[in-house]
Amino acid sequence: MSHTQTPARAVAPRDAAPGRPAATARRRGSGRETLAGYLFLTPWCIGILLLTLGPMLVSLYLSFTSYNLFDSPKWVGLRNFQDMFADERWWKSVRVTSVFVLVATPIKLAVALGVALLLVRPRKGQAFYRSAFYAPSLIGASVSVGIVWRALFSQDAVVDQAGRLFGLHTDGWIGDPDWSMPTLVALSVWQFGAPMVIFLAGLKQVPRELYEAAEVDGASAWRRFRSITLPMISPVLFFNLLLEIIHSFQVFTSALVIAGPGGGQAGGPGGSLLVYTWYLYDQGFQQLRMGYASAMAWMLLLGIALVTAVLFRTQKLWVHYEEEGTGVR
Amino acid sequence: MTTTLTASGRRNARSVAWHLGALALLAVVLYPVVWVIGASLKPGDQIIGSLQLLPGHPIAANYRRLTEGIADIPIYSFFVNSLFVALGSVIGVLFSCSLAAYAFARIRFAGRNLLFTLMIGTLLLPYHVLIIPQYVLFQKLGLINTYVPLLLGKYLAVDAFFVFLMVQFMRNLPRELDEAARLDGCGHLRIYWSIVLPLCRPALITSAIFTFIWSWNDFLGPLLYLNEPEKYTVSLGLKMFIDQDSIADYGGMVAMSLAALVPVLLFFLAFQRYLVEGAATSGLKG
Repeated sequence: MSHTQTPARAVAPRDAAPGRPAATARRRGSGRETLAGYLFLTPWCIGILLLTLGPMLVSLYLSFTSYNLFDSPKWVGLRNFQDMFADERWWKSVRVTSVFVLVATPIKLAVALGVALLLVRPRKGQAFYRSAFYAPSLIGASVSVGIVWRALFSQDAVVDQAGRLFGLHTDGWIGDPDWSMPTLVALSVWQFGAPMVIFLAGLKQVPRELYEAAEVDGASAWRRFRSITLPMISPVLFFNLLLEIIHSFQVFTSALVIAGPGGGQAGGPGGSLLVYTWYLYDQGFQQLRMGYASAMAWMLLLGIALVTAVLFRTQKLWVHYEEEGTGVR
Repeated sequence: MTTTLTASGRRNARSVAWHLGALALLAVVLYPVVWVIGASLKPGDQIIGSLQLLPGHPIAANYRRLTEGIADIPIYSFFVNSLFVALGSVIGVLFSCSLAAYAFARIRFAGRNLLFTLMIGTLLLPYHVLIIPQYVLFQKLGLINTYVPLLLGKYLAVDAFFVFLMVQFMRNLPRELDEAARLDGCGHLRIYWSIVLPLCRPALITSAIFTFIWSWNDFLGPLLYLNEPEKYTVSLGLKMFIDQDSIADYGGMVAMSLAALVPVLLFFLAFQRYLVEGAATSGLKG
């Protein structure tokens, strides 16, 4: 069953190419095989050309134009990018998104790992807890949950009242520019279940003998975690980190719903929830500055590519693939 | 004797602590869900301020609101539209992604590794990079305010997650099955349809449920492409609801939010194993 396959294997580049060495019989018919392959791939090929690669090129072109959807695009060279660097609201959206990514991702992953460690030993009710903790990941990004969140964090609602017990006075978290971001972060952390189940799958692959040997040697629980668990699940941690960062860059619906109507102005109280994708949507579809928004989209792509590249670069320093070494670091 | 007793006593204490911890966490995680159920049975003016989780005197008035409409559109029509889009998406994904996955997993063709890498690459591509050119494309084709932009990608295997999930599954099916079928003179189409697809049922079910849930929850797609309230899906209907009377009708809003969550929660209860294991396999979000 492929369900036991660990995500670590799924991301390791050496496993990316599918299949095994060709059987000689198969190689002989390779012309026919190729034809069959592309027949099966026809929908996918049309899809990637028409809806992915084509649009990416068009978007690149539009980013050098001024375009309002109705008149034909006018070439403006690098103006959109110059405007962007001079646009205070663009910088605001970059800051808001960076803060969200930098704060929400580590907290969410720490909670996910902590709970996974709690759940990894087989105990009664383990499967039930695993499912229950996963449930928020399925509904968290919906408008409904955004509305519930907005209600829970509004003035005099339960979170506000609980905060007052700790001497925290706000105008309701969602209405306060300083507290609306923590509201969004809380919604993201609430969905810790998705990385948690991936951590669980990784933790189950760690050989028990390693722990037994360490226990015989008198290693403390913390030492066992540092020297066995962390290195052994570092590929899974890497995979989760990559996925979560990319997803966090794209938060949209939750920010929009938590910010509320806001009189048509994007970004919520004081622009504190002006995430990048919201500003992109606002510029492209509310202000009809489609050239500018395309330039923004390409900057987002570059930003994500840069972060991904840096992550892959640092991989050597802290991600431990079993095939490369022997045993524990 | 005493040592074993204390050891088992310690084990019991640890087990109790574990359950207490897990239950406390469960309470925090499920609080919003329980809250919305309780709130939907409270009078509108008690929803925000009251700390009581469940209402003293449950009322059904909020649900009666659901039989009415928003801006002359009956609320049930949002649900019908969402159902149409979600089911249409499921059919498309099952058909197109399984075809692509079969090619990647079971056929050796020239350029396969390159295309597979490309497919994995699209997994990491942010959707927002594509929304403007895609919108321009659909606008030129006169397809704005139809469901085509929401559905077309599903029929063209654009959701690389599901292709990947099915590839992983198909690779693990024993090769001998194909070889035997081949000797019997079966072509790829036959092997795909009669052997591989039936064996892939778990992966197909997982993909179908995730597709349904994502499509049901989707907000950005409908927001971009649907203009007339008659065509709105539940997500857009809800947004219209909160934009229209943000304070006036908390009761109706909460009831509709819960109603929008019900299909997802039912799927979750029925298929939780498939969902959790699917998520563990390939990092599907939710």
